[in-house]
Amino acid sequence: MASITLPWVERNPERLSSQRRTALWLLYGLAFVSLLIGLASWMWLAPMSGVSRNLADWKIPFVLLLAIGPLVGFVTFLTAGLVVSFYRLVGRILAAPWVAFIIFIGAIVGIILLVWVHAEIFAFVHSWDQWDIKRGADTIPVVDIHYDYSVRAIYENGIKGQKLPLPLVGGVCVDAPVLSYVLWPLQFKIVRDLVAVGGIIGFISIVPGFGIWWERKIAGRMQSRMGPMRAGGWHGWAQSAADGIKLIFKEDYVPPTGDGLLFRLAPYFALVPAICAFIALPFAGAWVFRDLDVALLFILAMLGVEVMGVILAGWASNNKWSVYGAMREACQMVSYEIPMGMALLIPVMTAGSLNLGAIAEAQGGGFWTWFIFKNVWCFAAFFIYYCAALASCKRAPFDLPESESELVAGFLTEYSGFRWSLFFFGEYAAMFVIAGLATILFLGGWMSPFPAEWADKFISPDTNYFIKSIIRGVVAANPLWFIAKATFMFFLQLWIRWTLPRIRIDQVLYACVQVLLPMMMAVLLCNTLWILFVDYYQVGWMMMLDKVINWILAGLGVIVTIGMLAIASFGYRHNKALVGTMAVDQLPGK
Amino acid sequence: MEDIAFYIFAGVSLFSALVIVFSKSVIRAAVGLLGTLGGVACLYFLADANLLGAIQLIVYAGGTLILIVFGIMLTSQSPWAAFQPTKFQAIAATIIGLILATGIIRLVTMAPWKSRAAEKLLTQSPAVKDVGESLLTTYLVPFEVASVLLLVVMIGAAYLARTEK
Repeated sequence: MASITLPWVERNPERLSSQRRTALWLLYGLAFVSLLIGLASWMWLAPMSGVSRNLADWKIPFVLLLAIGPLVGFVTFLTAGLVVSFYRLVGRILAAPWVAFIIFIGAIVGIILLVWVHAEIFAFVHSWDQWDIKRGADTIPVVDIHYDYSVRAIYENGIKGQKLPLPLVGGVCVDAPVLSYVLWPLQFKIVRDLVAVGGIIGFISIVPGFGIWWERKIAGRMQSRMGPMRAGGWHGWAQSAADGIKLIFKEDYVPPTGDGLLFRLAPYFALVPAICAFIALPFAGAWVFRDLDVALLFILAMLGVEVMGVILAGWASNNKWSVYGAMREACQMVSYEIPMGMALLIPVMTAGSLNLGAIAEAQGGGFWTWFIFKNVWCFAAFFIYYCAALASCKRAPFDLPESESELVAGFLTEYSGFRWSLFFFGEYAAMFVIAGLATILFLGGWMSPFPAEWADKFISPDTNYFIKSIIRGVVAANPLWFIAKATFMFFLQLWIRWTLPRIRIDQVLYACVQVLLPMMMAVLLCNTLWILFVDYYQVGWMMMLDKVINWILAGLGVIVTIGMLAIASFGYRHNKALVGTMAVDQLPGK
Repeated sequence: MEDIAFYIFAGVSLFSALVIVFSKSVIRAAVGLLGTLGGVACLYFLADANLLGAIQLIVYAGGTLILIVFGIMLTSQSPWAAFQPTKFQAIAATIIGLILATGIIRLVTMAPWKSRAAEKLLTQSPAVKDVGESLLTTYLVPFEVASVLLLVVMIGAAYLARTEK
């Protein structure tokens, strides 16, 4: 393994070694060959004249292999080669951090484009249900399976006549029949499911890598340091990836006196439920793997089962620190599930539905209709939910199961290598699920902060289709809104971790049983009364009271915001005189 | 497709049930219980009974089971806590198990699976809303009685667990 290194992790590579240069040329060669094969087969299988005669179902596997496969390979090889050589050759001339930054921004733009393309494709596939043309009689199926739409039907209903600009084929406009071959497999639910599962697993793999890097940077800034700077490119963005690769090759230790089977099993109990929670978590109206009517209960159940992994890990390690960590996790989780579940009832009651989609759609009229601002009890419920959720996914200040200052590493003490990282995948996935739940239930989900009707003001009937969908996405609803809001709630968890000290276990349990639980019960009762008398019976003085409380809260919010901004600007103007910077300036050797 | 999934989940449930019965380690038996409960919940999901499946997971797998494991961890003398049943316990367990098995088999064979009411139940999957409505209208009294029972249990547990003053 010694000769293979991550190219972007090395700070100052002396020069490209001959081996790496060969590898780079190989990448380019492969890209070129696949482009040739792809273009040739694209031309062969879809000549521009007499297209409709050539459509036949038996061609599907060949088209997918010959015309699409090489093009995908071309893009992959070319991008890999370009990124590596660009960073290696140009990066040293132009200050390297900016190149890494451009790659990073490019990745974000690429993700947004990918999301959009997926949305378009899936909307098109869903529109097939309205066609009356079914399987053509003139096609010969190559495999004997039942399917509803032949390639010809897809071509003649959806693709024909819509000229697509294909720059790869010499800049001409063609109505691409190859696309109907590509879309054909998507009529099967299992294929669409596989695509969605791939998306979920990809997302879960991205969240920890990005989240850990972000957490290190935030930790640094909050302690008046820079965070990761020296190794790993621009602000150390590649350190998480390097960490992951290191963990895969690390020694995999199983304590000989522990319960080996359970020790090996425990990481999966921690990871798999966190992934399963994404099955029911909607990213936008149609962007959900399965639109369960009990999605909320299902996600809660999955977060509850996840604890089992931690408890088993602690027990199977046969180590007193691990067992302490596991016991703390068990009692913390069991007690905090109660206020958390009750807090989740508040938006369910307010929206009158258990379906996450319906709850989010009920908040579509601008940010002032979000449930957090609905009335004072919803406002309180949001904070109770957030506290309890922090405790149930063992984030600071409730991270007692792995508190490093007392328990070495708690339930993780005996773990190393990839098993250890599986726990972190599970933890970060659960953090995102919790942030996403808070977003959907209290912060309007994937709805933008503007009323959805505003989108119609910008759209006239002759607006271009693409511009129309962009305006709808920005002003009305879009999965990227959900991701942005959920990422902010995720950031809040990191912020809290580096601000508040860890509290003692008896304080944790006191806070749950004697503070949060009674508070939550009062909030639940009052919210019921509010829904009954303000929304349903519309009693005059209750509505007045509601208005008065809302105005007082809004005023308080404005005052607190102004105060915060004042403090922040004071700190910004006097930053040289504050403690943190002085500590940096007066380090020995300065 | 559904058939394959059914056999997979049924197999998981049965295998983990066997683990519970034959494992000597208490914690391993608890993991087996998790497998059984999870497998049965998956069977519920497969039968389109989403609410029942989610409740099964949240109450049994996420709540009761963790309390059981918690209890084992607090009370066990060594990390290798093992079952050591006496001869009397083994015989009593066998007899009770046989009686239960006979009852369940008899119930399954006697149940009118082909009747119209059963078919209606099997073909339509009730929404959560219907379940909630029937709990607060038709079945209000049993629902309230069950909650009073739970309240009594809770007060009793709190009384037993309080510190002596």
